[in-house]
Amino acid sequence: MDFATVIQLLDSTLRLSTPLLLACLAGLYSERAGIFDIGLEGKMLASAFFSAAVAAATGSALIGLAAGTAASLALAALHGLASITFRGNQLISGVAINFLASGLTALIGQNWFKLGGRTPALSGDARFLPIDFYFSDTLSTIPVLGPIYSELLSGHTLMVYVAIAAVPATWWVLFRTRFGLQLRAVGENPEAVDTAGLSVTALRYQASLICGLLCGLAGAYLATGMAAGFIRDMTAGKGYIALAALIFAKWRPGYALLACLLFGLLEAVAIRFQNIDVAGVGTVPVQFMQALPYILTVVILAGFIGKAIPPRAGGEPYSKERA
Amino acid sequence: MRANGSESRRETAAPAIELRNISKSFGAVRANRDISLAVAPGTIHGIVGENGAGKSTLMSILYGFYRADAGEIFINGEPTRIPDSNAAIKAGIGMVHQHFKLVHNFSVLENVVLGAEDGLILRSTLTRARKLLTELADEYELNVDPDAIVESLSVGHQQRVEILKALFRHADILILDEPTGVLTPAEADHLFRILRSLRDEGKTIILITHKLREIMAATDTVSVMRRGEMTATLKTSETSPEQLAELMVGRKVLLQVDKKPAVPGPAVLDVENLTIEGERGETALKNISFTVHAGEILGIAGVAGNGQSELLRALGGIEQAQGTVRINGTEIPLEGANSGADARRRNGIAHVPEDRQTLGLVMEFKAWENIAFGYHHDPSYGRTRWLLDIEAARRLTGVALKKYDVRPADPDLTAQSFSGGNQQKIVLAREIDRNPDLLIVGQPTRGVDIGAIEFIHRQVLELRDSGKAILLVSVELDEILSLSDRIAVMFDGEIIGTRNANETDEKELGLLMAGIAEVKTT
Repeated sequence: MDFATVIQLLDSTLRLSTPLLLACLAGLYSERAGIFDIGLEGKMLASAFFSAAVAAATGSALIGLAAGTAASLALAALHGLASITFRGNQLISGVAINFLASGLTALIGQNWFKLGGRTPALSGDARFLPIDFYFSDTLSTIPVLGPIYSELLSGHTLMVYVAIAAVPATWWVLFRTRFGLQLRAVGENPEAVDTAGLSVTALRYQASLICGLLCGLAGAYLATGMAAGFIRDMTAGKGYIALAALIFAKWRPGYALLACLLFGLLEAVAIRFQNIDVAGVGTVPVQFMQALPYILTVVILAGFIGKAIPPRAGGEPYSKERA
Repeated sequence: MRANGSESRRETAAPAIELRNISKSFGAVRANRDISLAVAPGTIHGIVGENGAGKSTLMSILYGFYRADAGEIFINGEPTRIPDSNAAIKAGIGMVHQHFKLVHNFSVLENVVLGAEDGLILRSTLTRARKLLTELADEYELNVDPDAIVESLSVGHQQRVEILKALFRHADILILDEPTGVLTPAEADHLFRILRSLRDEGKTIILITHKLREIMAATDTVSVMRRGEMTATLKTSETSPEQLAELMVGRKVLLQVDKKPAVPGPAVLDVENLTIEGERGETALKNISFTVHAGEILGIAGVAGNGQSELLRALGGIEQAQGTVRINGTEIPLEGANSGADARRRNGIAHVPEDRQTLGLVMEFKAWENIAFGYHHDPSYGRTRWLLDIEAARRLTGVALKKYDVRPADPDLTAQSFSGGNQQKIVLAREIDRNPDLLIVGQPTRGVDIGAIEFIHRQVLELRDSGKAILLVSVELDEILSLSDRIAVMFDGEIIGTRNANETDEKELGLLMAGIAEVKTT
């Protein structure tokens, strides 16, 4: 494997990690506030569809992004309504949202575009285009550092940089601000928040909506940044992998970045090396490589990573005790 | 000078808190009926009453958890509406709940500032809180490490964090709900010292408790509640525990248990090197050894969480353990087959668990079902193994409920529709009525009203006098002292000392409970 291949591999790792990272941080806000959200997948899918559809209609990726995010926020509000206001089961609400998004996007897509659930292919301003850093052409000739600057770091779409910037921003919000303190408290002991004169409901809705916002960005990136249009069920389990990464990361932003990069790398390897010849074993089939991220997910969820302690009040609807 | 100053202020100033005609109902239950109360500023005011008398409801109204159906609240003479906790905090009211409302994995500082931050960014608030904590530590003996994680602190220190939380919010009125339930006697004394110095600084303190001794020791004035009504408000110096107990129950109560000397027989329960590994590899029970004789009550004292629960669970067949346990000289298995609760019953052990609502009863089931449980294969409930003679079970239950003074004595009521005291009597009826050789009983009077406590204590003593062995586990030192013939104190999973009940006192036991073992042992 030569240097150029490594750079290419890392380059696609960054691209492939981005939706995972955005979804993972989305889940982090929600779960830190005590709302389990298995519906990351559905929110991403809804956003992917509506951003592609609106971008196709208006020719603007930004308007598409707004539409996709709005769709994701609507589903987040629905999840909040079910699990905060009506104190329903958060897992069931999340699963319902996933089914709803999967079915509705295909149905509406077919009705609008008659392309078997796809949206028309996007081009030009209807997609997010790569941002080239200054001097990336001139600097690319410098050995080692040149390719790292101009190929690895430069030339991604806006959302890649947004996702990476969201990591320190999330850390700062969680651990250095009033909102973060209250958000973490409501996920650990909502009674403490309630007796401190704060609204558990308001805090949890805010967390849910931030989750919706980030899922919206992730979905829009999938359909209008990474790909050029929506195809049916294009999230392909990324929402669940993001959840696995969240547990892997023990609900911490910094670890979330590392976990998502790892999953991204595995995906990149699976795409880059379709069949790997391993000496003495023979050819590792492509299916195995494609299955690797999912296998890793299972291994991680089986507790290979040691004890990950979730927020204590996670998954439990809050109601004041009425003795 | 200060004493005089505060004395005169007490006479003239408007009450710190005045409640006028507060009423609150939950469905058909009238929890508070037309309650009026005035608490002078700069005093410690006690509120006593049995469970269900309405103390907690009243305080919840004051702290904005519930809204009163009728009545008015005045804070420092001003009419004040308290629709939620935020309004209570704004009115200068702070509350230390019986079950602490702390975030377990936050630092002390983070817990103190939560909800009272100055601005968007935490840093300045944390600095201000740290400074205040240092000041308060010196002023009121309220020292806690500001950077410690709450779950690593002792219960006494966690309670201080709750008090600091209230002070950080500039509370002038501090309500403490059953604050000493989880404290050692020494920690409780420390708490009362803190409360007194807060009072001397002009704070008003409301102390809710069911322990008359604490009322006598710590308060200036005291109000008594019974069945949702405020029955009396007295100066503490002008009343007595006997008078307060009578006001609480509505009739004369024997506070002292009448007890004949024990006539110990042969050993019934013999425990050697009983050990339980905890969940995280720590030892929950460390090589416990003791003996209980027929006709004797061995009391296990200790602050909650020092291994008493594990001991009960091991003997009751709920948790597996290592070591040797003999009943009447025969060893019984502690692990694997025949080590479950059913096997223990066949071995002649009856178990009244610590928590009647989760281990003692099925709350949704009827009284007769609960009475039959565990003994449902007994021939008295039907001749075949497979069919239950429901009529017989109901009839037998009716008899048992009368005998154990359960009110109402209706076998068809569900367990949850009985009061705490009556629930406990149902469990006792089931366990004692089967004539066990050994009764192990945990917290027999937790959450039970004074009238029922009297009855339960008498039942336990009668069982002893009939020649049975009894192991009594309780965190109430008074209960241990008045019932036990011998007392073993548990600390950190071990028995740190054993004393004869008539040769020891609260002070010595208090030291043992705090882990301070002396040379003297019996």
